[in-house]
Amino acid sequence: MIWRLKVDTQHNRPSPSKFWNWFNPVGRQTSGWAFMLQRVTALGLTFYLFLHLIILGQLANGPQGYDSFIALVSSPVFIASELIVVAGAILHGLNGIRIILTTFGVSVTRQKQLFYALMVLALIIIVIFGIHMFTA
Amino acid sequence: MSEKWNIILKVLRQKQGETSHFDEYKMDADPDEYVLDVVERVWAFKDRTVCFRHACHHSTCGACGMRVNDAEKLTCITYIREVTRDGGTLKVEPLRNFPVVSDLVVDMGSLYRRLEAVGARSVLPAPEAEIEKPPSRWSSDDEQYIRLADCIECGLCISACPAAATSSDYLGPAVLAGAQANGLKLNPELLNMVDSEDGVWRCHSAFECTAVCPSFVDPARRIMDLRTQIFKERVGGLFRKA
Repeated sequence: MIWRLKVDTQHNRPSPSKFWNWFNPVGRQTSGWAFMLQRVTALGLTFYLFLHLIILGQLANGPQGYDSFIALVSSPVFIASELIVVAGAILHGLNGIRIILTTFGVSVTRQKQLFYALMVLALIIIVIFGIHMFTA
Repeated sequence: MSEKWNIILKVLRQKQGETSHFDEYKMDADPDEYVLDVVERVWAFKDRTVCFRHACHHSTCGACGMRVNDAEKLTCITYIREVTRDGGTLKVEPLRNFPVVSDLVVDMGSLYRRLEAVGARSVLPAPEAEIEKPPSRWSSDDEQYIRLADCIECGLCISACPAAATSSDYLGPAVLAGAQANGLKLNPELLNMVDSEDGVWRCHSAFECTAVCPSFVDPARRIMDLRTQIFKERVGGLFRKA
C-alpha cells in the first residue's frame, strides 16, 4: 500500500516557514519539550498582554464600566484564567533561568535535571498561588 | 536460535522533482539486528531502487543517519527492539534540514563546507582531546599520539535542531562544536564567525543536538562553552582597549 504526500524535495531544506515545527511534539526529548514550553508560554504571555490592555480599557467607560469590570474579574472563570497566566509566567521565568544558567556554562551537563527541579518548584508555586487566589 | 519479529518497514521515497510517498515492506526481522540491516535487505531482495547511504556499519563514518520513527538515529547502531515491537511499524525517513538527493540520501555538502570553514579537525593531538581520565601530566611520548575527534559528521544534530530548521545560514551544532574544539584563543579568526546571528546566538538551547548525537560530542555544551569564551573575549577586549 502506498501513501502519497504532496511534498517535494525542496521541503526538506531549512526555511523560516518551518517555525511550526517548533511546536511539533513528535520525537522530542525532554530538552525539546522545555524548548516548546518556553515558546508556548511566551506566545501566551504576549497574547495576554494585549488582552489585558483591552480589558483594562473598559475602565475608561465610566462608573458603569468599572462595575462590569469588577464583576468580570471576580468571576471564578476569570480567576482560573488569571491562574493560567500566572502559571505561564512562572513556567516561562523559571525555564528562562535554566536557559540563562546554561548559556553561561552553569549546569549544562545537568540541564535536564535542572529543568525537572525547576518544574517541580514551578508546580509548588502555582499551587500556592491557586490556593491564595481562590480563597482570598 | 534468534528471535523473529514481523514488522512493517515504511520507507519515504522521493526522487528529484517527484511527489514523495511511503513504500511499505513486510519484513521478518531479528529484534537484535540493526535498522540499517533491514533497510539493506529491502534493497537486496525487494527493491533495488531504494537509495540510502552507508559504509562502515560501526558508527564511524556517519553515513547512515536517518529519521527512524520520528527520531534521528544512526541506523547502523540502532537495534530494531529499541525503536519498534513485534508487529509494529518502522518508519524511515531522510534527515531533515538537508536537501534530498534521492529517497533517504540527503546532500550534506553544506555541513562539510562549514566544518572546513571553521577548521574542524578529524584528528586531535592527544593532550587536546577530551578523554575520560586525562593524566595530570602528559609525557613527551604521549604527546606524539593523536586520536580521532568524536564528531563523525553524521548530521543528526542538524536534523534534530529546531533552529536549524528555520535558518539555512545557521552554522549548526556540529560546526559550532568543531569551532569550540579548535578554541577561540588559538584561532581568533573564528571569533567573528561564531559570535554572530547565525553562530552561537542562533541556538535556542533546545539541547536536541546533544540528545541525538551518537558520538557523545555534546554539541550543546560546546555551544554554551563558546558563548562563555565569546563573553570573556568581548568583555576582556573592552578592558584591553581601555
